[in-house]
Formats: sequence, C-alpha cells, structure tokens
Amino acid sequence: MSAPVVVVGAGLSALRTAESLRKNGYDGPIRVLGEEPHLPYNRPPLSKQVLAGGIEVEELAFPMRASVSDVDWNLGVEVVRSDLAAGILTTADNRTIPMSALVVASGIRPRQLPIPGPQKGRLLLRTIEDALHVRGRMSAGIRLGILGSGFIGCEVAATARGLGCEVDIVSLDSEPMIRPLGPDLGAGMRTHHEQHGVRFHLGRTISQFTGDDQVTGAILDDGTHLETDLMIEAVGSVANTEWLDGNDLDLGNGVLTDGYLSVVHSPIPAVAVGDVARHPNALFPGEPLRIEHWSMPTDMGKLAGKTLAALLAGKKPEGSPFTSLPSFWSDQYTWNIQSFGIPGAASEYRLVEGTYDGDCIVEYHDSSGLIGVIGVNRTAELLPYRRRLLARYS
Amino acid sequence: MISISVDTNTCSNYGQCCFEAEDIFSLDDKGVLQFIPQADDSRLEELENAADACPMQAISLTQS
Ligand SMILES: Cc1cc2nc3c(=O)[nH]c(=O)nc-3n(C[C@H](O)[C@H](O)[C@H](O)COP(=O)(O)OP(=O)(O)OC[C@H]3O[C@@H](n4cnc5c(N)ncnc54)[C@H](O)[C@@H]3O)c2cc1C
Repeated sequence: MSAPVVVVGAGLSALRTAESLRKNGYDGPIRVLGEEPHLPYNRPPLSKQVLAGGIEVEELAFPMRASVSDVDWNLGVEVVRSDLAAGILTTADNRTIPMSALVVASGIRPRQLPIPGPQKGRLLLRTIEDALHVRGRMSAGIRLGILGSGFIGCEVAATARGLGCEVDIVSLDSEPMIRPLGPDLGAGMRTHHEQHGVRFHLGRTISQFTGDDQVTGAILDDGTHLETDLMIEAVGSVANTEWLDGNDLDLGNGVLTDGYLSVVHSPIPAVAVGDVARHPNALFPGEPLRIEHWSMPTDMGKLAGKTLAALLAGKKPEGSPFTSLPSFWSDQYTWNIQSFGIPGAASEYRLVEGTYDGDCIVEYHDSSGLIGVIGVNRTAELLPYRRRLLARYS
Repeated sequence: MISISVDTNTCSNYGQCCFEAEDIFSLDDKGVLQFIPQADDSRLEELENAADACPMQAISLTQS
C-alpha cells in the first residue's frame, strides 16, 4: 500500500480538503496530524457566543460526512520538520511519518509583540482552551484591557461590554478595523463602540506591562497607566510554516501556491489551504493574497482536494483556477457586518446607502473597479453586489 | 426529496446560506431567517454548500 496523503493541521481546512479528496476519487489513506487535542471545530464563536456563555465548546465540533469516516485523525501531534523530497515529516516526539502527498493546513497563530514587564497573564484568543480561560475570568465589573483593534479585539470588546466588563482598547491604528473597513466606516465603528462604553487609546501601544509576577496593568507610550484585571492581545498573526523550512518553498507570509492551490516548487504533490496559504485568485488578479476568513477553507478545500487528486493520478490540474469571493461576517452589539471581496485593498470607497454611524452599504474600488462591499445590518441587500463581484471573472 | 432543518436555537441570522441558495433561504424585513423546508434532489450540491457556509453549522439535510 502506498504512503498516505498527510494533512498537517486538523482545522476546517483539513476537513474540507479531505472531503474533496474523496469527492474527487482519491480512495487511498488520508492521515491528519493536528497539534490541538480536538477534531476540527468552529473558531468564530470563540470571540462571540462562547465568551458570552451562549454556546458550550462541545457544540463547536464540525459535523463529519460519511465520506471522511475513514480518515485517520492523529491529534495532539505537532509536526516540527519536513523533508518533502524524501516524503517524510518529523513530529515533536521524534517520529518519522511517510507521505505520498501533503496538505498544508496549519493555519496561523496570534502574533505576540515583545513587551517588557511580567509575562504571566498575557492572554490570546485562538483555541478552545484560550476561550475557556478568558471566559472563566470575564465577569461584570472586571477591567479588561485589549491590545489591538482588529476584528478579534473589537468582537471581544463587544462581548465583554455585554457581560458588564470595563473595556479599554489600545491600538496603533487611527480607527478600529481600519484595514478592512477604511477610515470612515472605521470611525463609525469606533463611535458605535464608544456609545456602548468602550474607551479607545488610538495611535498608542503598550510600552510595558506592570505587576509583580502577573500582568495587572500596562503603561502606554504616552505615559497613561491602565489598571487591568485581564489583558488580551489581538495584534495580528503569524503563519505556522516553520515546519516547512529548508524545502526551498516561498514561505514569505504563508505558503505560496499557484492558481490551483498547489504549493509552488514542491517536489511532491502538495497543496496549501486556508489561513496559512498565500494564493492567487482569478477574481482579483494581482499579488497573491493570504486571507484569514472562515469562508476560505471551504472554498479552497474544494479545489485543493481536486488538484491533489489529479496530481496523485499523474495528471495536471485542469478546469477553472481558484476563483472565490472572500466573505466575512462579524457581529458587534446591534451591528451585523457582512463583507464580500477584498475591501482592504481598495484605494477608494463610496457610501451608497445609509450613514457611516448606522446601517449602511459601502462600495470599495480600485483601478479595476468594484473589489469589495460591506453592509452593516444590510446583509439581505448585498446579493446584487455579490453578483457584480462574481462577474469580475467569466 | 431533501428535507431541510435549521436549529433555530443556534441560527444567528448571519444569512450566509441565502447567498448559496437564494430561493430557499432568505432574511425577512426584520433580518430573521426564513426557509423552504423541502427541496428537489437536484438541489443537493447547493444545499450542501449552504450547510457548509453556515457560521453556526445550524443547517441539516436529510434525503429521502
Ligand atoms: C476568535 C476567532 C474569531 C473568528 N471570527 C471570524 C469571523 O467572525 N468571521 C470570519 O470570517 N473568520 C473568523 N475567524 C477566522 C477563522 O476562524 C479562520 O479563518 C479559520 O479557522 C481558518 O481555518 P484553518 O483550518 O485554515 O486554520 P486553523 O483553524 O488555525 O487550523 C490549523 C490547525 O493546525 C494546527 N497546527 C499548526 N501547526 C501545526 C504543526 N506544526 N503540526 C500539527 N498541527 C499544527 C493548529 O494547532 C490548528 O489546530 C475567527 C478566528 C478566531 C480565532
């Protein structure tokens, strides 16, 4: 029997790619090596319903289709090295795992800035364990400090205000979520948070944590001293690619793939999927992008499974290259935000409905035309925009 | 036929399913999900896409 297809990482990307391998006729063994002790589970509720106490973590596991019932899930196993030309992976406990082909599905981890002061009590939010830890400490009246004003920082702030915590957000950006939203909708978002009692320290960072052995506060770069009972950091991410070092792959900001999601320069059949993959998208010609949206593993997994099944059968991938409309949602207080496309890459934006401090629709453009749209409490009205964006490739 | 059910306790009206099968799932004026509980077998792929796209994984399908 030939060596299995090995998937590194046991998240949504792993699950969707395994399903697609089966759907596209690969019937050999599939082995997944995942560092976390869990089968694939749903992360977005971690900053929302799980922190708020509305959902238990047991409910987060993804349903498994019958087609993947024979996948061999090896959990609690970290891959530390790889030799793709030799077709082997090495685990943290020094086992050698053979493979006929590779699925890179190792995602990202939260970035941590080097900040002096006590290190105990610097919390992150990526896993079930992180969320349970934070949830156990979040209660009415506690003082929560959040470093970072991206999606996760803002969602945690909204959830924490709902629980009655005091919230201070520190961020170098001039407005919350400015990268995907742009400055005007970002300002609207800030007002929305301020109306719900969040204090912002924008254009600021933390110079030092304070406390003896445990973080109990922070000094900002303007000298402000914040006292905190809980400190959460959400300042971006690092792609988990160290285990691929030494294989002459392009690992600058994730693993570079071609238009069929096949890993560029890999000596064996290999694809990369989800948060870890930097990929071209025929809808948005230009630089390959790495997109950390939940919609990506499902869209990418479908094509990556097809590509790998073809490569394993000795054929070239054919048909349409990767064309997917990135999509994300977020809910914060009374705002349901829905985005399509790549608004973060826009050079111009236009308010087409409503106002920036309430329900609205904003179009995002670059020299090629419409590249993104964001609606606040207007999800149902975005269908025509979605169609326009999809029509960019035909 | 395919029977569609949505766990209304977990459904958070994100509306992602509406983008996959817009004649089956929709958000009403108040932003609440409405759906047609039965569909023809020919719609299986779209419905699986809708179930996959649900952020709360609240959609289940049974084929009979
Ligand atoms: C709190 C939170 C809220 C979010 N909210 C939203 C949202 O509202 N909307 C949205 O669109 N997206 C959201 N996202 C993003 C979304 O969850 C991700 O895009 C998605 O989980 C990516 O899936 P993945 O399988 O590619 O990676 P992951 O889910 O990160 O899975 C990768 C797995 O690989 C494992 N791994 C890493 N390195 C190794 C190794 N060397 N060996 C073995 N295993 C390894 C990791 O432990 C991990 O389990 C959110 C994310 C978080 C954390």
